[in-house]
Amino acid sequence: MSKSERVPVYLDYAATTPADPRVAEKMMACLTMDGDFGNPASRSHIFGWKADEDVKIARGHVAALVNADPREIVWTSGATESDNLAIKGVAHFYRKKGKHIITCKTEHKAVLDTCRQLEREGYEVTYLDVESSGLINMKVLEEAIREDTILISIMHVNNETGVVQDIAAIGELARSRGVIFHCDAAQSAGKIEIDLEKMKVDLMSFSAHKIYGPKGIGALYVRRKPRIRIEAQMHGGGHERGMRSGTLAVHQIVGMGEAFRIAKEEMAAESARLLALRERLMNGFSDMEEIYVNGDLSHHVAGVLNISFNFVEGESLIMALKDIAVSSGSACTSASLEPSYVLRALGREDELAHSSIRFSLGRFTTEADVDYTIELVRKKVEKLRELSPLWEMYKDGVDLSKVQWAAH
Amino acid sequence: MSIYLDHNATTPVDDRVVDAMLPYLKGGYGNPSSGHRFGRESQQAIQCARERVAALIGVQPAQVVFTSGGTEANNLALKGVMALADENSGLVVSAIEHSSVLQPATALQAAGCPLAVAGVDSDGKVKSDAFEQAVSKKNVALASVMLANNETGVVQDIAQLSEVARRHGVRMHTDAVQALGKLDIDFSALGVAAMSLSAHKIYGPKGVGALVVEKGLRLQPMLHGGVHEAGLRAGTENVAGIVGFGMAAELMQSGLIQRTDHCERLRQRVEQALLKMAHVVVFSRQVTRLSNTLFFAVKGIEGATLLMSLDRDGIAVSSGSACTSGSGKPSHVLLAMGVEEGLAHGAIRVSFGSRNTVEEVDLLISSLQRQIKSLLKLNSGWA
Repeated sequence: MSKSERVPVYLDYAATTPADPRVAEKMMACLTMDGDFGNPASRSHIFGWKADEDVKIARGHVAALVNADPREIVWTSGATESDNLAIKGVAHFYRKKGKHIITCKTEHKAVLDTCRQLEREGYEVTYLDVESSGLINMKVLEEAIREDTILISIMHVNNETGVVQDIAAIGELARSRGVIFHCDAAQSAGKIEIDLEKMKVDLMSFSAHKIYGPKGIGALYVRRKPRIRIEAQMHGGGHERGMRSGTLAVHQIVGMGEAFRIAKEEMAAESARLLALRERLMNGFSDMEEIYVNGDLSHHVAGVLNISFNFVEGESLIMALKDIAVSSGSACTSASLEPSYVLRALGREDELAHSSIRFSLGRFTTEADVDYTIELVRKKVEKLRELSPLWEMYKDGVDLSKVQWAAH
Repeated sequence: MSIYLDHNATTPVDDRVVDAMLPYLKGGYGNPSSGHRFGRESQQAIQCARERVAALIGVQPAQVVFTSGGTEANNLALKGVMALADENSGLVVSAIEHSSVLQPATALQAAGCPLAVAGVDSDGKVKSDAFEQAVSKKNVALASVMLANNETGVVQDIAQLSEVARRHGVRMHTDAVQALGKLDIDFSALGVAAMSLSAHKIYGPKGVGALVVEKGLRLQPMLHGGVHEAGLRAGTENVAGIVGFGMAAELMQSGLIQRTDHCERLRQRVEQALLKMAHVVVFSRQVTRLSNTLFFAVKGIEGATLLMSLDRDGIAVSSGSACTSGSGKPSHVLLAMGVEEGLAHGAIRVSFGSRNTVEEVDLLISSLQRQIKSLLKLNSGWA
């Protein structure tokens, strides 16, 4: 990367976030000889006890953000592991009760691939459709529940569209039918209110690196009242009440705790600020033709905006926008050239799905960043459309749906 | 001011490792799966770390699968191999494995996998004939024996064991978590199909490790959800941790002899003093051990009691594996060696690190002498 190339404006906070400086500082204090580097499982000396105390405090912070009991927080290596642990853990533990699982098509791969693995093991999975808004239809969910359904897994906030599901209602439904409810909150914790005392969610996955904490650490909430049991997936020294063995990475845990503590304090103000920025961004595009917002903005997290730009080729668009760091499709799948399965589930045609951009704003995004982005996107889309024969046909009033395309 | 002598439990992170990690905590924060510059930078950082870890044990970078630590690597090795083995395939483990091998083995057994446990002799070395007997049974898919034990420090002859296993068509896994950085490890020379590593035993950060695999090893992933680590381990990579692991591995490349000599000298000093005391048993003295590990017991003294006394004197040691030290049970390693339970309850593990000094060790010795004397006196007072 030559010095003359500017650093891209970062608008990919939904993919990952930089660690907040306050988080980095706390983590640094748990690494070296003069910090709390001990193994928290070392019961016989001060190095272990200090590390253990740090873990305890961090656990409290995570629990506090979601109004849970600290004993309900199980440390994992990230939300992917939390999803795996929750879904496989429930499926295996309750296999005698039933082998049917309900999830939805717009879940993260960590949920979908885990479900596919369970299908290979003989479980049955129903993948619900969503409405064009991105929302689950409660009636459809209700009708999908069977006698042998043991688990429902629906995410709180979708990572691609930013759409917020009504997990309180899903929790009520699940509880009334005696089905365990798991919710992937990787994109929601610290961004919107979660009250696990009120919401009937049984298991909840958390990620640190989506909320200005480090990568490689997450947690799984496991409800105690009523008691939810899961079969451990990682066996060994019996850490985390036997639910997840492995030496606790104190610096990581402390980082996650601090990130969650900060999020609790700053969530309301940050959310308002991000909403204003997102609206500024949206307004900057509002007079453009043939653009489509993916996901219902009225059931939506503040920082995310996913827009499809019609008559622009997806790959070209992403390349043209290299001065801003954004993504088209979830980061975990952008290596492949498949159109986003989430957008297809919302009813978007392949073309529109391919030419979508997810802008995700965050703690360090400024108005200048947004203005720069608006200018860049407008310019590049206009340019790419000039080169597009389809755009020309559209401008000439041709109804493209009526065209007979010759086969290639 | 406490003296840290529990390096087998964990090590402080080297300053140079911290320096390497810092940019990836503070800035350079792209998700390695992202297509933009931030993502590419993170990806490059991971690749560099992968090369460093690979170089330390003589493998290709593509053979290194990063995990969240040694426990996950062990779980992935055992469960990952056995899931793709023929139905009713058996598993062999040694009696002295770490809980992160024994527990997955037990879980597999509960799910129907035949399990055989190869015993050890009184020194803590795997009995060759018992091992051969176990791997020669029909349909054994995998054998797992650790390269060096975390409690006794005993080093197994893995090259020899893996040859025996191979003769019977059995693949070998070795938990090298404790051995890395303390022994010269050559993956191919050991003849194993898989090897577990961890960063926090080599002055790297906690929360990151690796499973190193031979080319073509069929492994079912444990974590699903994305194509990370060549489809073997899903999850956004712990970039800073992996970078730290890479730097820690790089630092281990040189100075092995100095480190081991240094620890050996310190251990000799303590051991000589201990052997002069009555009632002291030093385990596994007669066999090859990691040079930094000293495992002993004092007849008639509870380990927990001695630990507390040492702690009051500012000495941090342990009674064996940190992972299981809260359980109150005697070391399964010592029991497997035929050590009488009462004596096993008295076990103390001292594990030196490269920064421990002769002064610190002399403080340990004088503390041991004082505490053991007074605790034995207390005992005899009750007689």
